[in-house]
Amino acid sequence: MSEQQDKKTISIQERLEKNIWALVLATAMVLSVGGIVEIVPLFYLKTTFEDQVHPEYEELLGVRPYTALELAGRDIYQREGCYLCHSQMIRPFRDEKDRYGHYSLAVESKYDHPFQWGSKRTGPDLARVGGKYSDEWHIQHMLDPRSVVPESVMPSYPWLKTSKIDGLGMEKRLKAMKVLGVPYTEDDIRTAAIDVEGKTEMDAMVAYLQVLGTMVKFQPGRDYRD
Amino acid sequence: MQEQQQYSFEVVKWFTYMAVVYFVIGTGVGVWIAAELAWPALNFDNPYISFGRLRPVHTNAVIFAFGGSTLMASAYYVVQRTSGVRLWSDKLAWFSFWGWNLVILGAVITLPLGLTQSKEYAELEWPLDILIAAVWLAYTFNFIMTLSIRKVSHIYVANWFFLSMMVMVTYLHVVNSLVIPVSLWKSYSIFSGVQDAMIQWWWGHNAVGFFLTAGFLGIMYYFVPKQANRPVYSYRLSVVHFWGLAFGYVWLGAHHLQYTALPDWTGSLGAAISLAMIIPSWGGAINGLFTLNGAWDKLRTDYTLRFLVVSLAFYAMSTFEGPVMSAKTVNALSHYTDWTIGHVHSGALGWVAMVSVGAIYHMVEKLWNTKVYSVNLINIHFWLATIGTVLYITSMWVSGIMQGLMWRAYDEYGNLTYTFVESLAEMFPYYAMRTVGGFIFFLGACLMLFNITVTIRKVETNPASDMSNVAVI
Repeated sequence: MSEQQDKKTISIQERLEKNIWALVLATAMVLSVGGIVEIVPLFYLKTTFEDQVHPEYEELLGVRPYTALELAGRDIYQREGCYLCHSQMIRPFRDEKDRYGHYSLAVESKYDHPFQWGSKRTGPDLARVGGKYSDEWHIQHMLDPRSVVPESVMPSYPWLKTSKIDGLGMEKRLKAMKVLGVPYTEDDIRTAAIDVEGKTEMDAMVAYLQVLGTMVKFQPGRDYRD
Repeated sequence: MQEQQQYSFEVVKWFTYMAVVYFVIGTGVGVWIAAELAWPALNFDNPYISFGRLRPVHTNAVIFAFGGSTLMASAYYVVQRTSGVRLWSDKLAWFSFWGWNLVILGAVITLPLGLTQSKEYAELEWPLDILIAAVWLAYTFNFIMTLSIRKVSHIYVANWFFLSMMVMVTYLHVVNSLVIPVSLWKSYSIFSGVQDAMIQWWWGHNAVGFFLTAGFLGIMYYFVPKQANRPVYSYRLSVVHFWGLAFGYVWLGAHHLQYTALPDWTGSLGAAISLAMIIPSWGGAINGLFTLNGAWDKLRTDYTLRFLVVSLAFYAMSTFEGPVMSAKTVNALSHYTDWTIGHVHSGALGWVAMVSVGAIYHMVEKLWNTKVYSVNLINIHFWLATIGTVLYITSMWVSGIMQGLMWRAYDEYGNLTYTFVESLAEMFPYYAMRTVGGFIFFLGACLMLFNITVTIRKVETNPASDMSNVAVI
């Protein structure tokens, strides 16, 4: 009996080994399963986003698209590869709450194309860095990190101070985001260039860092992940 | 001599040599950025060499330039040798060679300029992504068509692994690179937040699982038996290894996102399958190692075989470490720390690079029909590579576990014991040690480039020593 079964499995395998097209097809099918099961439901399961599970939590509506200046800062954050050393994803542990603040929610990055959760903390998590330090501190820190944190290994970013943001470019970027479903209004797009006029890349970075993690005003005693 | 006419080896030769060149460049940049983390003054306040921009240069150079060239060289080589036919199309093969090198050139220019999609290991902007897709399809199509005209009845196991890598990387690259372009060198991912994170790590872990594992297992299944001159230990184990890996690896990406805002079920599913992956992975490692049964004595004299065998030991070790790290309780500690970097490098240096090096030394002798210039240098390379790898990964283990423990430590009053920067300050000796380990490994790569360059030049400048050329004349 088991010998017969054995022969049968071998014969399927043997057929695949003798027919390249069958092998291609079988491999392509087997390879697709895991991705489909793990990814596709995230697009339709209501439990993926906290505001769909808890529509009564009004604070979750606080998540808004970035202003043109903040978005410019976010683009620079990506350009300089900040995400390689700083995560933006606080896990629901006691020590992370004490160190960085409330754990991150899915809704908080719903307008992040692409996401910036990161994978490594060579530097601290930045998910809720907004409002923790003054603008002046951030500027000094980016110009010369070791002047404020002597042990830091972060590179200096003096060029941010001298480069200006391109207004027309920002208008295009907002438009692209709108195509992707980020709810920018016509007004937002029209004023994008004015919003960033005369601003340096440093101003944009500071604006971005200062908004991180501040959009949701967490209510005590509420569990957002049940 | 017939071989040289029977097979298209010219393109394989070029890919092989470029792989060695990129090996030196990729590991060299790696040493540099490792040093930047220990001594930040090395960033020189220069945007083009600051850590955040150079790190993708390192990862792209080692994965796609070195790894990719090795995979293209070896898949083109193996598919011809095991099918008994020439490549289906020389033109497509040359297109893949020049196209791939153009991608690499594009990466070297655009990444230091900060032109990036900011998705790890998929940083290149959309015009380069399109070129990658074209080259990849040419490579895949040529490979499949060559198998379709093979002269032997069965498709050899190494080719299954190459094939799964090609198909999976096509899926991954296409889906993860879907963007809306804003300008020629700026685009936004069409996905956002949670979904983008899941898709990125589906890509990210399968870049490891398929590009850096399935493809290199293809290399293992051809070159280990060849070099040991023994048949593969178990055919059954090969079948289990292949289908287990093809089905299972795809799920693992979610273990990169445990305890994040990704729904819990996804991360747990990823962790559960990760644990089960020990079975096919160790099956494969055992299959490779037991192939040496009856030929273990060769290790004393055959340094190429040493590279291949040690690579399998590292493969077994990393595929054990991976599932352990994906277990939720361990992941809570290890995630975000240097332990991850150590794990990646035990795979990348110990497994991928070593198996590639073994395969390349083997191929160089066959392709140029000669002996490598210096066997002694291969031996020295072997020890540099092994010591460098061990030094690298042990320093990252220690620093990673220390970080994890320091971050979660509480004092008797219920306050966090350490500030973040206190943990960072403790990392310095390990970051320095990692740099030294990486540098030793890099020295080995330099020796290899020297050894192989001299070998090839001797053949090319003195054709009499090359049997095939004599015959042609």
